[in-house]
Amino acid sequence: MKVTLFATCLVDMFQGNVGKATVELLERLGCEIDFPESQVCCGQPAYNSGYVKEVKAAMKSMIDTFADAEYVVSPSGSCIAMFHEYPHIFKGDPVWESKAKNLAAKSYELTQFIVDVLKIEDVGARFKGKVTYHTSCHMTRLLGVKKAPMILLGNVKDLEFTELPSKEQCCGFGGTFSVKMAQISEQMVDEKVMHVEETSADYLIGADAGCLMNIGGRIDRKGKPIKVLHIAEVLNSR
Amino acid sequence: MPMKIGTNDFKKRVENGINDSFMRGAVAGAQERMGTRRQDAADELGNWEEWRNLGEEIRQHVLDNLDYYLEQLSENIAKRGGHVFFAQTAEEANDYIKDIVKKKNAKKIVKAKSMVTEEISLNSTLEQAGCTVVETDLGEYILQVDDHDPPSHIVVPALHKNKEQIRDVFTQKLGYQKTEKPEELAWHAREMLRKEYLTADIGITGCNFAVAETGSFALVTNEGNADLVTSLPKTQITVMGMERLVPTFEELEVLVSLLTRSAVGQKLTSYITVLTGPREELDVDGPEEFHLVIVDNGRSKILGTEFQPILQCIRCAACINVCPVYRHVGGHSYGSIYSGPVGAVLSPLLGGYDEYKELPYASTLCGACTEVCPVKIPLHQLLHKHRQVIVEKEGKAPISEKLAMKAFGLGAASPMLYKFGSKAAPAAMNPFTAGDKISNGPGPLKAWTEIREFPAPNKERFRDWFENREKGGGES
Ligand code: SF4
Repeated sequence: MKVTLFATCLVDMFQGNVGKATVELLERLGCEIDFPESQVCCGQPAYNSGYVKEVKAAMKSMIDTFADAEYVVSPSGSCIAMFHEYPHIFKGDPVWESKAKNLAAKSYELTQFIVDVLKIEDVGARFKGKVTYHTSCHMTRLLGVKKAPMILLGNVKDLEFTELPSKEQCCGFGGTFSVKMAQISEQMVDEKVMHVEETSADYLIGADAGCLMNIGGRIDRKGKPIKVLHIAEVLNSR
Repeated sequence: MPMKIGTNDFKKRVENGINDSFMRGAVAGAQERMGTRRQDAADELGNWEEWRNLGEEIRQHVLDNLDYYLEQLSENIAKRGGHVFFAQTAEEANDYIKDIVKKKNAKKIVKAKSMVTEEISLNSTLEQAGCTVVETDLGEYILQVDDHDPPSHIVVPALHKNKEQIRDVFTQKLGYQKTEKPEELAWHAREMLRKEYLTADIGITGCNFAVAETGSFALVTNEGNADLVTSLPKTQITVMGMERLVPTFEELEVLVSLLTRSAVGQKLTSYITVLTGPREELDVDGPEEFHLVIVDNGRSKILGTEFQPILQCIRCAACINVCPVYRHVGGHSYGSIYSGPVGAVLSPLLGGYDEYKELPYASTLCGACTEVCPVKIPLHQLLHKHRQVIVEKEGKAPISEKLAMKAFGLGAASPMLYKFGSKAAPAAMNPFTAGDKISNGPGPLKAWTEIREFPAPNKERFRDWFENREKGGGES
């Protein structure tokens, strides 16, 4: 199966290991990966801050970039949720609305793609360690992907899973919220870190680079011995 | 602006909220309790999503036909001998009520259950006119006794106070001498209030829902005080927000069920008081004179706009009870009697962006509020719409942000620009980088790195790795 990868700007610049793990994992599951070079960013930071006009050109460029793809897959729930928002943003536009719908219809978050499209529930991974999982708000609420990551993690050998208390609570990232409302964001991420500690897990796993940068950055600053990993890295371990 | 509370600016209010560890404990505890109870009550009802759809449909239908139902309600109330007054502004509403007070030569007023009278500052108007106004909902009563401390939650107005604080207030102001046990405190308030009902000249209430078909209005309370407010004084005035209507009792049943379950996780509340007009010949009690004041105060400006869905609100506070931002900053941080997600949407609409431009940004757009709202108001989307209006129409966004976002828009739209920029990033960030971290970043990274580490950009971008690999270059 041919899969077009949308790596996201954060992964491209800061978390190359997540991109690599995604490629290797999908290849192992029988996919052929294609990476269109003209991809940049889904536009979330500006869009969520209210700069809709300013970001439309970027969105159009993404729509064109993936126009010929059969499936678009990304290791980021919130960026895929953003793609699903495109048809609303271009609503009424005679050219771009249908193109946006086309992109939304074929776009999947990584775990969603593996479970729903590839119909694979066990990727044959092995990961030794005690882990907990952060359910990102955009992925669970806006994109509606709740079960897929749980199913896949549940089948990883040697993995010891503890559920994160108050898991549905936001980590305080929220794109520009994290800096615009830094005071409040700090309280939120602190509460999240406290809950992670309560599980006494060695690893915090997530499926969204933004949330992981936020929680991981705070864990680092506080010098806590918890490691933060993207779910692609765990599923790619053997 | 009457619905405004306090004089501090947003940053200061947030700071006060964050530093109030007692309030935060109370809010977190309340959120957890109410969250579980709400979920259980919703599960128990079964088909929660269908109920929500129904709730949304009813509220949308009413808003789309508001003229019709307001007219029907007014006619039916008039038929029963009640008076209806439509107030365009807060002043008009206050003046009308002041007039009645004067005509009746009223000295004492008992009140039950009303956010809208808070919104229009009715109490201070009446006090200035020489009346004593007594709030009879326990929470409101406590706040009133404590020198008019403003409410911090739309269902539990005194949520920010603990029982010890309430005891101290009662001791200081009411000569109370017992313990901080909630039952003893409540009993004391009851005893104090009992006398007030009997000696009041006028009863004023809010209105959870008015039923257009019958000209009735319903009050949902847990203390039964609304029953006394509406049955003892000779004159009764009900003040309602313009949108708080249902067509018939059938829809009332659906909405009350959604309201009580969403608010406190109850199947039903202790008291649902439904009244229709003044007392009739054979009635044993009830007011001799009844006035309904329908308050617009900015609501009709919202009708027909993209913000119309916020008028679907039934004030259950479920959104407040799940909001992770409210959890840490508390109700007073919103600077409005309407707090939490609903307040962040509503306050700028009723009170203007000048006063409330920060509120739409006090959200991560996590969607918890939207998920829980029993009448399916897309709260996080409305918050986003506010941001768009602030940027595009109001011109209230900071210039530096505008420039940054323009630059972002350009960079993200131009693969070439991005490629150069991202390639240069590691070198540019080099002076700030230690190991694989940036602990003290420049510019926009400053606020981030005050709290957290920021990752240093990878020397080899993912796309370079991929390209190399495609070319048969080294696997890494
Ligand atoms: S916005 Fe929805 S959840 Fe919030 S108070 Fe209103 S009805 Fe309840």
